[in-house]
This record gives sequence, C-alpha cells and structure tokens, in this order.
Amino acid sequence: MSALGVVGGVVQPLVVVAGSPIVVGVMRQVRARLEGRAGAGIGQPWRDLRKLFGKEPIAPRGTSEVFRFAPLVLVATTLVVAVVVPFVTTESALDPVADLFAVVALLAAGTVALALAGLDTGTAFGGMGASREMTIIALVEPTLLVAIFALSVRVGSTNLAAIVASTLDDPSRVISPVSLLAAVALVVVIVAETGRLPVDNPSTHLELTMVHEAMVLEYAGPDLALVELASAMRLTVFLGLLANLFLPWGIATSVSPLAVLGGVVAVTVKVTVLGTALAVGEVFLAKLRLFRVPELLAGSFLLALLAVAASFFLA
Amino acid sequence: MSDTTYVQVLDLACGGLLLTAVLVLWRRELSVIVRVFAAQGVAVAVLVAVLATHEGSAELGGVAVGILVLRAGALPWLLRRALAGAGPARRETRPLVNVAASLLAAALLTLLAYAVSQPLVALAPSPATHAIPVGVTVFLIGFFVLVTRRRALSQLVGFLLMDNGITTVGFLTTAGVGLVVELGVSLDVLLAVLVLRILTTRMRETFGGTDLDELRELHD
Repeated sequence: MSALGVVGGVVQPLVVVAGSPIVVGVMRQVRARLEGRAGAGIGQPWRDLRKLFGKEPIAPRGTSEVFRFAPLVLVATTLVVAVVVPFVTTESALDPVADLFAVVALLAAGTVALALAGLDTGTAFGGMGASREMTIIALVEPTLLVAIFALSVRVGSTNLAAIVASTLDDPSRVISPVSLLAAVALVVVIVAETGRLPVDNPSTHLELTMVHEAMVLEYAGPDLALVELASAMRLTVFLGLLANLFLPWGIATSVSPLAVLGGVVAVTVKVTVLGTALAVGEVFLAKLRLFRVPELLAGSFLLALLAVAASFFLA
Repeated sequence: MSDTTYVQVLDLACGGLLLTAVLVLWRRELSVIVRVFAAQGVAVAVLVAVLATHEGSAELGGVAVGILVLRAGALPWLLRRALAGAGPARRETRPLVNVAASLLAAALLTLLAYAVSQPLVALAPSPATHAIPVGVTVFLIGFFVLVTRRRALSQLVGFLLMDNGITTVGFLTTAGVGLVVELGVSLDVLLAVLVLRILTTRMRETFGGTDLDELRELHD
C-alpha cells in the first residue's frame, strides 16, 4: 500500500459523497433550463437529503431485515468502489479490489440488494420493479465486463489502476477503434444501469414504466435518503470510471498537495461535463418501450464484443 | 505519413466499417439505414486513401476518390430517391430474425470471420492484412441482412454491404487491384442498384408494397 494509494483512498470517498448530489443537482438544473423551467438550483438534492435524514425511520409492517439492510449494503458497496477505483490518484488504496471483476461484482451486489428489498415488501410495484431491474442487470453486467475487458487486453491486466496508468503512458491508444467501440458500449450500459432515459425515467412515478423508483417506493425517511444518496453516488462512480478509463489526464501521479488538488479538480470537471452531456441528451430522447430495452443492450453487448475482437485482429 | 499514424488511421477506418455494419443491422428506419450506409462508404474511401498514401500510388488515390463519389454519394442518393417514392412504409417492421437475435448472430459472424481469415493473415502479416477479418465481417453481416430482411430496400443495402466487404478485403490483400478492374466492379454495382431500383418501383406500382415475403406466388 503506497502513500499515494492511501491519499486516494481518503480523498476519493469524500469527493464522491460530497459531490454526487451536486452532480445530480446540476443534471436536473440543466434539464430544467432546457425545458424552459427555472429549476430548483444545484443544491436541492442536498437539501432533500438533509430533510429526509431528519425524519423518523419507518419500515412497512411485514418487512424483514432484507428490507432494512438493503440501503446500507447499497451505500457500502458503492463506497468501497469509490475508495478503490482510480478517480483522483493512479494508485489504489486496496490494489487487489481495484480489479475489473471485483468492481463490477460490487456494483451488481448493490443492485441485487435493492431488488431483494423490492421483493421483500410484497407489494405489486416492488416485485415488478425488481423483476425489471433483474432483466436489465442480467444484460448490463456482461457488457460492462466485456467492454472494460477490451481495454485490459493490451495492458495485460484487469487492474483498473494499471489500465489508467498505461493509457497515461501511451495517449495514442485513446483514438483506436478498440477504445471507441468500448466507449460507445460503456455509455449505453451506464445509461441503462443508472436508470436514465431512454431505459428508465428518473423523474416520474408512472406505474407502467418505472424501474428504479418502483423498488424504492416503500422507503421513507433516513432509509430513503440513503437510497437516494447511493444512487447519486453510483451515477458519479460510473461517470468517473468512464471518464478516467478513456481520458485519464489530470489524475494525480504523485503525493504533492498540488497534484492531488489537480486530480480532484480534473475528476470534478470531467464528471460534471459528462453529466451535463447526459442531461442534454435526455431532453431529446423519449423513453424506450421496456421490450425494446434488451435490443438496445444486445447492441451494446455486440459493440463491446467487437471491441474485444478488434483488440485481437488489429493488434 | 509516419508508420504509427498510418496504422492508427487504418485501424480507425476499420473500426468505422464495423460500427456502421452493426448500425445497419440495429436500426429499423430505412432513412437512417441509408445514411449509415453513406457513412460506411466514407470509411471505405478513407481506408483506400490511407493505403494509397502509404504506397505512394496516385492510381490508388484516384480509385479512393472514385469510391468516395460512388459509395458515399451516388449510391446513397439513388437509395434515397427510391425511399422517397416508397410512401408510408419507411421502417423494417418485422425482419425474419428479430433485432436482438440478429445482433447476437452478428457477434458469432465476427468470430467466424476472425477464425476463417487467420490463414490469410498468416500468409503475409502486416497492419493491412491484420484488418482482413473486418472486411470479412462486413461481408458476412451484409449477407445476413440480405437474407433476413423483408423490405426490398434493406435487402439492397445488404447487397451493397457485401460489396463494401469484398472491396475492403480486395484492397487490404492486394493493395491495388488494377484501376480497370475496380472501375468495372464499380460500374457493375451501380448498374445492379439502378436495375433493382427500377424493379422495386415496378413492384410497388403493381402490388402496392415491397414486402418480398408476400410475393411467393405470381399474380396476373
């Protein structure tokens, strides 16, 4: 464990926890302005969280521990990912966990915990949301693995820190077909996994279409705050991963305070720009019919597979 | 042009070819398919132009310009004209194999292309021959579009995709089919598209649609 890794392990979770509601706020504000509304300001998600944390915890009658532990599991897995993935520094605090397979499995474990909680409530909406979420995650997970795997082929390691460091050493890799195909595939699965348009609409509670919202319908008070915070953190983590895998510039490679500060600023700017681009894209998209979603994800899986194939043919 | 830039641009053009072939399979609106096909024409032209610069051959450069005019200009224009006359049927509504399954089939075709072109690559390993599987993939995906789609226009695009694949493999392996041969092939393709377009128009005038599955029996 190096000094740089420890600094990253301390700074990254703080930045992700503090910044993720702001990212969500910026995205909502951009959407509001483009739709001709004034918007609630970028601090609104934090104000909502403060309000929810101040309420008394309530659990519906008949729910078990699964329902109570799910928000904690969701936040905990996302926090571990925020500690280990190279966002601010190129070295990781827990190097073996910064592995592609471990990170994807951690993120999927959070989703599964939430789906189990949705089933645990025994309501129609919870079960429906959980079943839809499982359909989506079953298609998202292989694509996510294969797309990042395409990048790891030429590095010879599935360690995310190693992938980021090797892209820093050889910037010409960024415009290879492998990177481009993998980037398109990753964008599609990140949109699907974080429940944004056109897969799920995060701003409505319409019975026929909701996926994520259906699972968390029974949560209230501090539990709801944790779920909301975790989903904002997941969005930030995914966007940060996308940014640093393809455009790692600005990330700190030494322990000096200036380099670490530069790393924090760089990751903030990259995530904000990506979030804004996602929000702008959402204004122009309509939600896809649920039965069309597998088609979209099959397409992104094919692109990811082509990225892996291209890394072998064009080597 | 330095060697690394040559390899990079060549690889990028191949990535563009793969991406556009997949998009043709993925999208349903015929107008989008025609636009994607035009983009693929540009990618083929870039590929040939890069090979021309690397070889320093003016003849190959001329061929690249010809390919750009034909495949990114004339053929998409003809297809768009055919589409404009097509009336309300602007979408590939029910292909024989649904879109998700055909995307997975394309993944298998890619692996097949990689497997079968290994002996060819092994004959003379170079950056250009390493890209042969891409051309074979485009050919196979074009064939798949040709056999699974119902609209005459998307079958036509499938046929042209096959031709793009053949052209790509030709240039990657030989780096310079004679100008006369390429001219002959291009004119052949242009003629085929013209004939098929007239055939499509006639079919629509006679039967009111171009769904080829409904044309199993002869009408009077």
